[in-house]
Amino acid sequence: MPALLEAKDVTRSFGGVHALAGCSLSVDKGSITGLIGPNGSGKTTMFNVMTGYVKPEKGTISFNGNDVTNARPDKIFALGVGRTFQLTRIFARISVIENMLVATQRDESWLRGLTRSKSSKSELDAAMEWLDFVGLSRLASLQAGSLSYGQRKLLELAYVLVADPDVILLDEPAGGVNLTLINEISEKILALNKGGKTFLIVEHNMEFVMKICDKVTVMHQGCDLVTGTPAEVRADPAVLDAYLGSSDDELEEEEVND
Amino acid sequence: MTKAKPTAWSLGLAVLIVFPLIVTNPAWTSIGVLTLMFMACTTSWNMFSGYSGYVSLGSAIFFGSGAYTMALVSTHAHMAGGAALFWLIPVAGLVAMVIAVPVGAIALRVRRHTFVVITIALFFVFQLLAINASFTGGAAGIYIPLINWGASYYNVPFYYVALGMVIFATLLSAAVRRSRFGLQLLAIRDDEDRALGLGVRVTAVKLTGFVMSAFTLGMAGGLYCMLQGQIYPQFVFDPTFDITVALMAFLGGFGTLLGPLLGGLILEASQQYLTESFSNGSLYLILFGVLFLLVILFMPQGIVVAVSQWWNGRAQRRELAATTDPAAVGANT
Repeated sequence: MPALLEAKDVTRSFGGVHALAGCSLSVDKGSITGLIGPNGSGKTTMFNVMTGYVKPEKGTISFNGNDVTNARPDKIFALGVGRTFQLTRIFARISVIENMLVATQRDESWLRGLTRSKSSKSELDAAMEWLDFVGLSRLASLQAGSLSYGQRKLLELAYVLVADPDVILLDEPAGGVNLTLINEISEKILALNKGGKTFLIVEHNMEFVMKICDKVTVMHQGCDLVTGTPAEVRADPAVLDAYLGSSDDELEEEEVND
Repeated sequence: MTKAKPTAWSLGLAVLIVFPLIVTNPAWTSIGVLTLMFMACTTSWNMFSGYSGYVSLGSAIFFGSGAYTMALVSTHAHMAGGAALFWLIPVAGLVAMVIAVPVGAIALRVRRHTFVVITIALFFVFQLLAINASFTGGAAGIYIPLINWGASYYNVPFYYVALGMVIFATLLSAAVRRSRFGLQLLAIRDDEDRALGLGVRVTAVKLTGFVMSAFTLGMAGGLYCMLQGQIYPQFVFDPTFDITVALMAFLGGFGTLLGPLLGGLILEASQQYLTESFSNGSLYLILFGVLFLLVILFMPQGIVVAVSQWWNGRAQRRELAATTDPAAVGANT
């Protein structure tokens, strides 16, 4: 499978900390790729570099064959890369449906925004459809700030989806969410993947990752340690080493349970 | 409710239209002109700062630039004092917009609190420029061509032009609120980085809003200059103007459509009235201080939001009472 989104030898430091030290990552078209690693291994920085929020010092990012290494986040989004944030970010003081409408046009000139209304009929329909998909349509007119944490996660997923991106980067979609909702979210991701969407997912919940990902990359100290299928990664001694001694021992538990 | 709103707006407009026909005392009509001028300025300021959350304390840059445009063009072109000068008002607005481009480009490089500080700093740059540059006439100011309208009639044309500005600024602000551009400003207010990641061209959107809001501020400056017949740097590039406009919007309801109009109406009218009624011209400052403390303590979102929350809460309480207490149903219908 060809790589849809690819990072090659990316380096980025913050002060003396090498958040990324020559990390490579490729996301195949139509796949669900997992990105795991201990806390502080550089997963979120990788997301930030791939979506234009942080500029890499070295290395390249390409999407669909185009070099997007130093492109702005809005440009990258316009090309078809959508993302969510680890700490859920919504527009709290506008309504749920207005949150959706912000994202409906991923590549529209800003001048056009001056002369047109907030939404067209088709945009409103699409927004409602995706709200329905995540089960929030009856809250459409509510102020988004009044949503619960889980509902915010779903709203964030919905407004990334409404723009119809080709690849979606999810930063801890299962973090701080109850079990029922985790299952619901993983079902949605699998359904969307069947429909042709590509995913890159950062997640600490190993069960979640092992269940839905086709391919997993493990990061450690800013480098990509191992890439393979969930079963291969799980059996790799280097991965166990990376996790041992860190506060994150979920993978160990997995092994014990097996 | 759907019919009540347009009715209330047209009623308010009707009162403003007939005011100078009923009240002919020049002292009162003069208060009317200045009040409308501030209502227009605050509405225009709110169209950018209220929607985007970027509080600008440099609105006097555009007010002053508009005033100086009126003064410089009318004197250099040797225009005769009279209604023809009104044609310079849109020119003053356009000049303010042109000036807003570099000012915005500099100030909008930073966010939130730093933005506030930069706008203040830029304001003082303009004030110093007006005091020290030769073409502005320096501290001596500029006298514009004299307008020979009778004292009893003098304020009336200004009143209606100012009312036109209020209507223009309100309609523009409402149109922005309904547009995609307005939605993008609100998204920027709530979470700028998130908006950026959803395809919003935040830099272009912010600068556009900033420049658009300068237009009415510049026009108001032009009108003020014409009304006064003379200008001095410290009166049109006045730091209290910066603060007054922002406070009016906060008092009425930051980011709402009605709030700035209400804030301007209440504050400017009461300030002018107090200044004229008491020999101590600064008494209003003390009263305003108290008023603002009260507003910030009890209605931090402004009058409009507080009242509408109270109103909605009341309706809900009634509904609740109606469902639980059969006697209340009869009382309500």
